[in-house]
Amino acid sequence: MTDHQTQPSWQNPFIYLLAFCSGFCIMGIELLGGRILAPFFGSSVHIWGSIITVFMLSLSFGYLAGGKLSTKSASLKKYGLIFVLAGITILPVAFWSTGIMEIIFLNVDDSRYGSLLACGALFFIPTIILGMISPYSVRLLVTDKDSSGQTAGKLYFVSTLGSALGTIITSFYFVLFFEVNNIITVFSSVLAILGICAILLNKSVKPLHINTAGVVHE
Amino acid sequence: MNKLCSSIVILTLVSAVFSTNVFAETVHQERSLYRNILVDDQGDLRCLKFNVKTSKTNQSCFYKSDPHRLVFNYTKLLFSGLLLIEEPKNILIIGLGGGTMSNTLQQLYPTSKIINVEIDPAVVKVARKHFGFFENQHVSSVIQDGRIFIKRALIKKQQYDWIILDAFNGDYIPEHLLTQEFLQETKDLLSPKGILSANTFSVSELYAHESATYKKVFGDFYNVRNYKNTNRIILATKSQLPSLALINQRAKKLQSRLTPFNIDLLEVSQQMTSTSIEQDWSEDTKLLTDQFSPANLLNN
Repeated sequence: MTDHQTQPSWQNPFIYLLAFCSGFCIMGIELLGGRILAPFFGSSVHIWGSIITVFMLSLSFGYLAGGKLSTKSASLKKYGLIFVLAGITILPVAFWSTGIMEIIFLNVDDSRYGSLLACGALFFIPTIILGMISPYSVRLLVTDKDSSGQTAGKLYFVSTLGSALGTIITSFYFVLFFEVNNIITVFSSVLAILGICAILLNKSVKPLHINTAGVVHE
Repeated sequence: MNKLCSSIVILTLVSAVFSTNVFAETVHQERSLYRNILVDDQGDLRCLKFNVKTSKTNQSCFYKSDPHRLVFNYTKLLFSGLLLIEEPKNILIIGLGGGTMSNTLQQLYPTSKIINVEIDPAVVKVARKHFGFFENQHVSSVIQDGRIFIKRALIKKQQYDWIILDAFNGDYIPEHLLTQEFLQETKDLLSPKGILSANTFSVSELYAHESATYKKVFGDFYNVRNYKNTNRIILATKSQLPSLALINQRAKKLQSRLTPFNIDLLEVSQQMTSTSIEQDWSEDTKLLTDQFSPANLLNN
């Protein structure tokens, strides 16, 4: 618990920025989920039932996993890796979603369970990984017990604000100007680039983190 | 002058009946999974409305004393499809409304198979109860999203001679029923001489995008419109589009059969224009696809 005292001044704003972007992307992707599923499973209310269920479920697992991961020598590098991984795992949505949905469509007659399965296949893993970001951010931001609640509050504020903007901008404007797959690819790239930035910046503060560097896996 | 005055008075009265609810009596009202459904009686006229209590949102109307007589111009225009096809044996209707199309076609072709696909079970119930929509061994209804029905029908290798797409109301457009991919699926589901009629939009930015998409999938098509309302009917065929001469010939032949339904097929045939002659959208209009279909935003 000594690393936070030596962290550079840009680190906290940078983490807030990343949390904001992840919130933005999560809801942007969730919103596009409706678009992606419609050709195979329609646009009925149960589509949104499937999407919201899968996102909530995987976020909940993600929170658990992110919290757990943050207990073992937390670092900006691992934090960045979460982003890179999220960016990678979201890519199949842009490239293979039609094939995946086709297989499910052919095998499941009921469009409720079909959409639930398809949604799980496409979004479960990337959303778990995106869910890990919030608790991990708390770990990196919190410096003492007294202000921990305030720090968590500020983080939720920033990331949920990102979610709100991600929802409205995607649904009002992005879909009007871009193709669904292009938007997904941009979200994926933004997450990956931010992750790489975090990893690189971690290197710049590496001498201060000798005890935590080099144990990064997964 | 006197004549003019009286016709103005009559026109005003007629428009008053249609545009206000002063004389309307609500027969049935319910909130379904998708919308508010309202059944109104205005004298002899019974109307199905979605969402708002204005005449703009009328989905389907009929005269209680004469249910055969069609009320709406766009419903009448939909029968222009008969000018492109000899005898439709298998008919698929996407979007039931009050069931007017189904009932009328059943009377015209009693042995033809008609399948109605409607997403909202409450609409089917209301059509049966309040609009005389009937089913028998030839006529059936399926509660399903139109796109899913068509995808499944393709897997079952079904074919239809006439597909009628009437799933758009004024308030909300199912965007996945406008895309190039959807139209291709619909085309694949048509029999070799099959045709598609779509009741859709003639105004707003969507017009160009939709037209370009239809042209891409079907080639040239007929637009049917009377410029009295914002509807237009798109008539597209799987194979070659018949000439206007042939269409006029058919209209003359069928005219008397459709008179009982208050449809003037000759007049309808005059309102058809081929996009090969008149293409009123720009060549570089972006197509609607599953990737890009902001139909509701474009329809503002």
